[in-house]
Parts: sequence; C-alpha cells; structure tokens
Amino acid sequence: MPDLHLTQDRASSAEMAAVDAALATLGVTPAVVEETERLVRGGIHRKNERRHALLPALHALQTESGWISKGGTNYIAETLNVPPAEIYGVASFYEMFRVDTAPDHDENVAHVCVDSPCLEFAEAKIAELEADGTPIHRSPCLGQCERATPDHGPALFIQGRKAANSVPSDSSDLWDLPQKHEYGLKLLKNVGRIDPTSLDAYVGAGGYKALAKAFALGPDKVIEEVSAAGLMGRGGAAFPTGVKWRGVAAESGTKHIVVNADESEPGTFKDRTIMEHDPFSLIEAMTIAGFATGAQKGWIYIRGEYPLATERLQIAIDSARVAGFVGDGIARSSFNFDIEIRRGAGAYICGEETALFNSLEGFRGEPRQKPPFPTTNGLFDQPTAINNPETLLNVLPIMLEGGEVYGNLGTEGSSGHKLFCLSGHIAAPGTYEVEFGPTLRDVLELGGGVQGTLKAVLLGGAAGSFVGLDALDMPLTMEATRAAGASLGSGVVMAFNDTTDFDAVCVRIAEFFRNESCGQCVPCRIGAVRQHEVLVRTSGSKLNGELKLLQDIDLAMKDASICGLGHTASTAVLSAIDLGLIG
Amino acid sequence: MTSRQQPVAASETAVTISVNGSDVSVPEGGTILDACSAAGIETPTICYAENLTPVNACRVCVVEVENSRTLVPSCSRAAEPGMVVQTDSERVRHSRKMVLEFLGSGVDLSQADQLAPWMEKYGSDPGRYGESPETMNEEVRIEDNLYIRDYDKCVLCYKCVEACGDDAQHTFAISMSGRGFGARIATEFDVALPDSACVYCGNCVAVCPTNALQFKTEFDLREMGNWREEEQEVTQTVCSYCGVGCNLELHTQDERIVKVTSPADHSVTSGHLCIKGRFGWQYVHAGADEVDVQIGR
Amino acid sequence: MLLWGSNAREAHPIFFHHLMTGLDNGATMYAVDPRRTSSSKFADMWLGLNLGSDVALANTVANHIINKGLVNTEFIAHSTQGYEEYKAAVAPYTLEHGEALTGLPGSAIAEMAEAYATAETAQILWTLGITEHHNAVDNVLALCNLALLTGHIGRWGSGLVPLRGQNNVQGGGDMGALPNKFPGFQNVTDPNHRAKFEAVYGVDLPAEDGIHLTLMFEAMERGEITTAYVIGENPADSEADIQHARKLLSGLDMLVVQDIFMTRTAELADVVLPASVGWAECEGTVTSSERRVQRVRAAVPPPGEARHDQDIIGELARRMGYDWGQPTSEDLWEELRSLSPLHGGMTYARLESESGLQWPCPDLGHPGSPFLHGWLWEDDLGGREPSPFSIVEHQGPKEELSEEFPYRLTTGRSLDSYNTGVQSGGYDSPIRYGDALDINPADAQRLDLVDGERVLVSSPRGSVEMPIRVQPDIPVGLTFTTFHFPELVDINLLTNDAWDKRSGTAEFKAAAIRIEKLATPAVPEPVAGA
Repeated sequence: MPDLHLTQDRASSAEMAAVDAALATLGVTPAVVEETERLVRGGIHRKNERRHALLPALHALQTESGWISKGGTNYIAETLNVPPAEIYGVASFYEMFRVDTAPDHDENVAHVCVDSPCLEFAEAKIAELEADGTPIHRSPCLGQCERATPDHGPALFIQGRKAANSVPSDSSDLWDLPQKHEYGLKLLKNVGRIDPTSLDAYVGAGGYKALAKAFALGPDKVIEEVSAAGLMGRGGAAFPTGVKWRGVAAESGTKHIVVNADESEPGTFKDRTIMEHDPFSLIEAMTIAGFATGAQKGWIYIRGEYPLATERLQIAIDSARVAGFVGDGIARSSFNFDIEIRRGAGAYICGEETALFNSLEGFRGEPRQKPPFPTTNGLFDQPTAINNPETLLNVLPIMLEGGEVYGNLGTEGSSGHKLFCLSGHIAAPGTYEVEFGPTLRDVLELGGGVQGTLKAVLLGGAAGSFVGLDALDMPLTMEATRAAGASLGSGVVMAFNDTTDFDAVCVRIAEFFRNESCGQCVPCRIGAVRQHEVLVRTSGSKLNGELKLLQDIDLAMKDASICGLGHTASTAVLSAIDLGLIG
Repeated sequence: MTSRQQPVAASETAVTISVNGSDVSVPEGGTILDACSAAGIETPTICYAENLTPVNACRVCVVEVENSRTLVPSCSRAAEPGMVVQTDSERVRHSRKMVLEFLGSGVDLSQADQLAPWMEKYGSDPGRYGESPETMNEEVRIEDNLYIRDYDKCVLCYKCVEACGDDAQHTFAISMSGRGFGARIATEFDVALPDSACVYCGNCVAVCPTNALQFKTEFDLREMGNWREEEQEVTQTVCSYCGVGCNLELHTQDERIVKVTSPADHSVTSGHLCIKGRFGWQYVHAGADEVDVQIGR
Repeated sequence: MLLWGSNAREAHPIFFHHLMTGLDNGATMYAVDPRRTSSSKFADMWLGLNLGSDVALANTVANHIINKGLVNTEFIAHSTQGYEEYKAAVAPYTLEHGEALTGLPGSAIAEMAEAYATAETAQILWTLGITEHHNAVDNVLALCNLALLTGHIGRWGSGLVPLRGQNNVQGGGDMGALPNKFPGFQNVTDPNHRAKFEAVYGVDLPAEDGIHLTLMFEAMERGEITTAYVIGENPADSEADIQHARKLLSGLDMLVVQDIFMTRTAELADVVLPASVGWAECEGTVTSSERRVQRVRAAVPPPGEARHDQDIIGELARRMGYDWGQPTSEDLWEELRSLSPLHGGMTYARLESESGLQWPCPDLGHPGSPFLHGWLWEDDLGGREPSPFSIVEHQGPKEELSEEFPYRLTTGRSLDSYNTGVQSGGYDSPIRYGDALDINPADAQRLDLVDGERVLVSSPRGSVEMPIRVQPDIPVGLTFTTFHFPELVDINLLTNDAWDKRSGTAEFKAAAIRIEKLATPAVPEPVAGA
C-alpha cells in the first residue's frame, strides 16, 4: 500500500499524459502530494478515496500503449497509491486489458464474437482478418446479435491503440427500428424517431415531463406509483423495483443510483438500443430514481464494447447538465443529482450487481456474498439502488400514466411492456417491444418469422435455456416461462433452425462460462471447466455415463457457487440434453 | 472527572438458531460456523481462518438454511434469530463432496493433510474427470532461502493475499490475477519475489492450507525425506527482537527449530509476524560449529 | 496518532499492524520524522522537521492549542500543576517562530495541533527519534506536556506510547537492572524499600544509587572502574564514538563477557562465559513495551557447554562463597512476586493461561492494567499530587553543522536487521542491502556521486568508507544509515557520544559529517543554509 515498491520500469511521457488526462476528467488528484520538500500528504485515506479511478486510468493506458505496460502500471501505482500487484490483479481480470508482453501492442485488435448467433460466421471472418494480418481476439458476445446475418457476419469490435475503440457497423444515422410504424410503444417510442444527441428534440418529444411529475408527487409517492405498477427488474432477476427503491429510501447518508448497463448476456442488445438511440430517457429515469430514493449520485456502468452508446450517453449527460437537468438544483429544485459514466473492460461477471460495484470501485470484478444486499451495502458499501436500463425506462410511462394504469397493462404476473432481443435464424432480428402477453410464436412472427425449419429457441441467453417446438404457444411472461421451467432472463429470444450444429453451440456455451467465471469460488471455477471438458470429449457422440457427471457438476454449481453465473452455468446445456439437441 | 476506562464492550446479546434440530446460541454477530463449533459439529474449511476476514470462496463449509434457495457459506453468514440450519443434508454432502473432488481433480492436495479425512467422509472421487482434466500445472518456484511457492498445490483460497494485504501486513506484494481457471496468485507481471514488494514476513506461508507456500526449511527437509511432523514439538515463547512481545511457536525436530509460527488467537500478533520473528531464529543453530570452536561451547 | 520519531513499520512491524488496523478503521496519523520513513507513508501527513527540533515543534503545537482555546480546561485544573508558567514559556513559540525552528509550514503545525487537541482519543507514539538525543528527557517532557494540555492520557485509547526497542528492555528495568532501582521500581535510596530486599536477600545492600552505562565509561576513563562484567551486550560495536569505547574496554584490568556469540566485545575479554539463547533455550519471562509479562520457554537444548545466564551467575556466586542452590526460573519469579507489588498477582500459571499480564497486577484477582495514569481522572487523584507541566526549551543538536562537516547524519533500524546484527546476521534475508548512506539525489548530484558509489564519511571523531544509496525520501542535507553491519561499516566511529545527563543516552541521532568522493577526494561545497 502506501509504502509502495516499484520496479525500475518508467512510463513514457505519452502514457503519463494519457493517465493524467483520464484522472483530470474525473477530478481526481494524485494521492500523494508534496506540499513542500518536507511536508507530504498521503496515507490510506487519500488512497481509498481515489481507488475508483483505477479502471479509467487503465483504460487510458491501454488505449495509449496497446497494453498495460509495466512503466504505465508503476505510474498509476504512484499516482493513485495502489500497489502494482493489485493493479496487475485488476488489469489481468479484464478481457480488454492486455498484460502480456506480446509484440503486437502497436496495432488495433479486432474482437470477433464467437458466441451464438455469431458463432456460425465467426471462423470465416477470423480467417479473413488473419489473412490481412489483423490481430484477432476471439470475443464473447459483443451485444450486436441483431447484426449476425449471413450478409454481415459476426459482430466486430475494434480495440484501438492511440485511437478510440470502435464498432465498424455503428453509424450516426437514425436507426431503422423494425417497429417504427407501430403506435403505442412506451419504451422504444423515441428510438429511431428523434435525434438521440439533441436535448431539444427530447424535450420536444415530451422529455422531462415524467421528472416534473415526479417532483410534483414527491419521493414517497413516486415509489408508491412504481410499486403500484408492479414493475419488476428487466435484467433477469425480476426483483420488484418498488421494494428495492423503498429499501434505499429508508437508508440515510450518501446513496447511489447505479445503472447496470454492462449488457453482456449472450443474445442481449436491448439496452444498447436504448442507450444509443434514446439516452436522454435513461438519464431522466435515473434522475427520478435518485429523487425517489434520496440518492445524490448516479452511475452508469456500461460495458466497454459499447463505444457509441457511451458517446451518446455522455453527450446526453453533458447537455442535460448545461440545461440544469443534471447536477445541483435540478430543474430549479433543491434536488442535487450528478451522473457519471464508467466503462467496463470486458467481463461478463461484472453484470452481476456486486461484481459491478467491485469493478467500479477499482477492484477485481468478483461478486460479493449476499447478504448484505445493495440496498444497504452497495457501491462504496453505501445504500444503492441498482437497476437495468430497460427497468428504469418503464418508470417514465409509470410517472406519466400513473402506476395503476401501467400496472394494468400486460398480464396478471407480468405488468407493462417488455423488450425482446430477437436474433438467430429469424427474418428481421432486432429489439422488439410488446405489451406482456404474446406467445413465443407471436414474438417470432413479430421478427418476420423463422428462417428455415425451427428446431429450438434459446430463451434468456447463455444463462437461460433451450425450448423446443412444444413451447411455441407459451406466453412470454414471467409466470408462464417460470411454470415451464425456463425464464425470460434479459429477454433473449434466439432462434435456431434445423441446420444448427448444436454440439458446437453447446460446447461454446460451456466454454463461455468457463472463460467468464471469475474464478473466485471453487464450484464455478473448476465446475465450469469440468463441464466444458465433458462436452468437448462427448461432442458428436452419446453422453452415456457422463450425464451423471454433468448433473453432479450442475447441482454443486447451482447450490454452492457464490453468484448467478455459477448457478446458471449448466442450465442451457442440460436443457439441450433434455430436448435431445445434444447427447 | 469522567473518562472512558474500557473499550466498548462486545455485544452481550445472544442469537439462537437451530442446527440439525438442536438450539444453539452464539453472541450477536457470530456466524453459523461459530454455532456449529459451539454445537460440537465439525465443519470442513479451507479459505476460512480465525485471523482473516472470511472470503467465502472455497464453499466447502456450505450448509443448508431453510428458505434459502442456495446453500450458504457457514464461515461468513451471520447467525440470525430463528435460522434453521442443516449441516449434513443430502445437498450439503453433495456440494462438499464436489468441492473437494473438484479441487482434487485439478490441484495437488498431497500435503493438504486436513482435507483427506473430509474427502473420505464425503466420498470424493477426483479420478472421475476423464484422462487429462486440466490442472494447475505449475513448477515449484524457489527464489530465495526463506520460502518456496508450489502453485501446483494452490487452491486459490485468497488467504495469502489477505495476509499480505489489509488483514495484516498491508504490503500487497501479491494479488489474485487472471480469471477463472487461469487465475493465479501473482506479483505484478509475475516478477520474482525478491523483485516484488515482498518483505518476507512469511504471513502468507503461515496461513496457506495446502502447503503451496512452504518455508524453505520444511521444503528442504521434505525433499530429503526427513520431514517428520508427527515427531515435532511446538514450544511457545517470545520473539527475541524488538519490544512488541510477539509470541512464537517454535516447531522443533531433532532438537533443531524447523519452522516458526505464531498463535492466531494471541492479542499481540493475531498469528502474524515480521521477517525477524519468522526467520531470524537461525542464529540459534547456524554457525554453532564455528562458535563452538572459538569459545569452547 | 502522532507517530513522532518512530519508524515502527520497520522497527516494530507487528505493533504497526495495530496502527494500520486503526487507520483502516478511520484513524488519522501524523508522522513527525526528519526522514520520510516507510511508516510516514501510511500517514495522512508527514512532517519532516529539522533534525533535533522536536521541542520547538511540541511547544509550537502547545502554544497553538492554547491560542485556539482547545486545551482541556477541566483536566488542567484538576489534574495538573504549573500550567500558567508553562503557558508563558511556550508563548514565544508562535507558528512563525515554530516554522523557523522546525522548517515546517506553520499551517501544517496548526493543522496537526488542532487535530490532536480535538480528537476524541489521541496518542503520541515515539521511539529513539525522541530519546537518542543529548536533550532526550526534554523531548519526552515536551510530548508529555501535550498530553496534559489536552487530557489525552490515562484514558482508554489515549496516551503516551514509548515503543521499547528490545524484547526485554522493559523487563530489565522492571527487574531492577537500573542503577537506582530495585525490582518493581523501588528506590535504592529508600530505607524502607532497602530493608524489604535486605530481609529477603539476607545481605546489606548499598544505600546509594549506582551508575549507568554512560557514566561507567566515564568512570573507566578516570580509572575508577577497572573491571567490567558484560552480559548480553555488545558495547564494542554499539556505543557512540566507538573508537573511544573500545579503547576504554581494552584498557580494563579485567573484562568478563557473557554472551551467546564471540562478539567484538567478547574478543576484547579476558574471560568469556558461553551463555544460552534466552528465548529458545531457557525458561523465564520477558516484558514487552506494553508492560506485558510473558513466558519464554526452552525449545532446544543449549549447545556444548553453553549455560543459562542464571546458572552462570549462580555458579559465580557459589565460587564467591554464596550457595544459592539450584533455583528454577519459577522459584526466582516467586521471589520477585513477593518483593515487587507491580508483579504480585502474576503467577506462572496466570501468565500461561491469560496470554501474559500487564503490570501493575498487584494481586491474584487483578486483571492487569492495559494503560497507566488513570489516577489523573480520579476525583482525589488517587492521593497523588497533580501532574506537573515541564518547561523545556528548544536547543537543537549538540553538534552543529559547519563548513568542515556540512551534512547531518542520523541512524536507525531497517526491517530485516537488528542492532549490531549479532542475531539478525544469522539468516539469509533477500531484502537486506547492508549499511549504505542514504542521501538525497540533489546532494548526490552536488557531490558528483552515483548510486552505490563508495565514499569516505567523516565526523569529528573518525572516518568510515561506505556505499551511498540515492534516496528521494531523505531530505536535502540529511543522511541516514543503519548500524546493523559493524563488520562492514563501523558507523559508530562517527556518532556523537554527547549524552543526556538524565537518561544516559547518547545522541546517536545527530552527528555532523562530511562526505568525500573516494576517487578524487575534494572538499564538498557547504549546503545552503548550513
């Protein structure tokens, strides 16, 4: 800690400048200050206050040098007073930070998605890029699943060196929303219809009316409305939002709103849709959450592979701040609420809320044991309401229409509207909004129908499960999927036709969990590897006696892992076996 | 005149929970593991130590708590009034068996003596994972004369990281690095220990449950086939260096000190020592021959 | 926490664990030390005062606390005496004056003063940075004054914490290894105390105080002491102005050394008595800094003819005509318990079962005393006089810098080594760098020296050759070295034996030196302001 021991490696002046600039953006000063030659401020407290700047500093170093260089590490260590071993431990945790000394740090790296639905196009693309000499990184899902078509090929993300990260398929055009001619959209109503970079356009489309309504209601009433609407989290866990907010509101001291925009569940891209095309709605909704819970600070933790969403959110925050919608005295009230964006660095596990807190705080993104829960011990161990972007977006119509009215939409157990991420063998992949109620068949039809002969649908992503043709008439509601032993998860509806190599798909799902396990707990760290090994060695053949082994592994991971990653790591694979897709 | 003359007293309130059908009381803030111990129920642990903050990573101490969807780690979950706990249910036995089996399939547990009886009890069979399950596959690292690192034996329990970090030494020479099965305990960029921040307090070695970290004296004796733990005696005494009063446990074999530890429950050290206390004993034996000649000892 | 003249991170590492726990729990630490030590890097603020300006800093802190109205008025009125005189004496130590004397910004001094005075609990912790000065007692009293001013004494969590450097230096004093005390700090000159010991020992005891080590050397110089019996001490390496000390030891008629090794002192001896290792080969007790008496136990037998200290002394007594029999260490301890009220309640059985006990522990029902001076808070002061403020003035180091000797040398410990290395030299530490002269990069540049270069270092008493270690943590004008490797660098050839008449401790912490390049010896330029 403060008595740092550094190797001789020194940072280049460009590295120092890059780190300094990143810290200056955050308003973070060096941890150790020599006021005179013989008067120095430092110590544990100044170090602890600055630790959260570690991830932004590492991003700056990675972008400048193409890797987490030894000299750069030492410079960050000195500046933030974080021991170099801890910096290495954090950096080596993330996909986007390179700590090896390989010689190709001086080029951009193409991250090619190898998860379904990109999987079937991935190797061809990799071969093509490698032929060009482009450094390749086989990436887990990049959240662009709607682009995985024979024309486009797999999702790509370019990690820049001395250049910003980019997604080749991103464009500044208004998005061509599949449902742009539909009326009655509540969550996607602005998507593809207004300029996502213009606050004026947002206000012109009715923006910030919900916040005004919230101010008129007062914090307590806002939570009542959200509870009355029966809003449940859309990130996968389906926890009642009103209960969460009530819990945070009851706490005192510094409190936080965290938007979990680390959208990494394979097959999921709905939050990207919102953030790229309607960032102001998210800003407004989280401001309402802050107002209702009495939080002073809002954070958007967004996955590092979403450069366009990050850029547009930043534009939205900046222009909202100028207009008095972010910062002190919002809309001339006495309510103060600031919002900051933090970028993840490539780790599926950071979508787990407590892992996200650790990551944001500058530590390895390892989940924490619960209890205690975030409502009392969240970000910086302070009370925190953490919500998915889609969940928060629901708050706007709840404010405008009233909780009861909104709650009457949908079904008995699933109120309101829901976004689905349609991908795979489907005519028009994309983000679709429905009022809860349609069946799986209806939703597939919404996306133009299945291409080829449908064999199975993956619901809820890699952590979800496969369903077969007998599920086509199942309503895609929380209660109906639960009754069928599946789950909606994050709204993934990934269609597979009968040309699919399910062995390959399942081996990759197992590999995904093996790679994305943080490694903290034994059941998940080793169980995910053993599961993958079984699938690799039985691929294309019968499981025979190995099924018992998979079931034993599954039960231990479900029962004894720390977090949801381990709990769900074998769900999809076992459902594929049940359906006879493999084994 | 008034002044506080005592520390704030620990809570006197007791919490009663049910463990395997019997009521057990622990002081408020006590864990399920504490309750199990109070009830005389032995619980396997790997990453738990009384002088470290629980990280609940190994999951071998899991128990079944009524109304909890998953099993819970007894080492870190506080006992709550009315909790109903099962420590030997089918689910508990299965998870404990599997955790030990997983470790046995990937890690060299040959010197993790306290785990063998548990593996036997739960019927762990590390051999059922095919012909070549992935293992830690690490070479022994010998970088100095004080201790060695044999990461083939490492179960990634975090104990050494905690002892090096803010649970004791605050040196932070090592961290968990990487992710998943590739996670390893490492210095920055895996530099050799003498080039790292390590100050050789040996507190990491003292807390290691599997002998992945070993004092060089022990390692050398083992290499020679002359490590005879069952014959060793342990004598508690006080360190001869500074005036802090650290208690030492001198482990002796053949009238020679072979390693030094400190009692984890001692108020001065909490089991932690510095380089002098841990390794500075060698003068008791080293050079003795030479001195014998000089002064007729 | 005011960590003042202590590098506990290296000298008392496990004690420092407790300080770090405090910091993790929200405590604030100010480190006062001329060097930016590894301990000071944990502090919220490091105050690198001019070496030897501790009294000036303490008095400035006091004056600021008084001026800000932050004194503990009730405590001062009830528990102290001499406040008005003290207040007048520190009045000249304004922030401006303090700044001039200490080299620290007045605002920083004020900040530390206010933090100390307003803290709910606060401690001042020190080591040899306070006591190895010619005005050591003044330094200590100056710190005691601060505790009296604020009432940060005699309460749980507050207090004055001198950290003892050796595992039983506290116990040695407790057991009467002082020239003026019997065991339990009972006065040699007090007839009642003397009578008690004479009754048990069965001999007449001298009625006058003896003399301490520093005076013994002076007595040797005058020829008044001609025989010395040295037990477990290596003065031929450890004394300041070592050449002088060695000459005196060599000139004795008779020198007996009882030690576990053939030390430099033993080499000068007429008779060497091989002793055993106290903590690993003997039974007994030691007493730590926190007055905790703990058992040491024999784990291995002593080699060859080496014997327990108590056996050797007993055998000497027998040869002198007094047969003490073969008492066990517990027998001796029981006698001590009967004579020293501080230890009366400490049986071996209790020491074993209660992880040691802190004195005073007068009877078997007493739990021991985690802190002292609680009487200051009792309504009747426990029948004692109120505690006096002490008026002390800034003096600075005895040896002033000059054109001839323009650099300041101070000495201290490093983490992996101990004193003259007799014990710590026995293991192979990967972090050992040997004695080197730490010097600021700017000074190294001025002297045209590179890291690791060997130089000639001279003080008015002698010269040594040693390598330098360029260290940004050492301020300009100051140099530092350890004293762990006398066989490599005889550093006490340089140190100043000017000593405090009240404590007997020499000013190891402040000598004036010059540094010369070996290849092309040249007179270095004086440091600005020196």
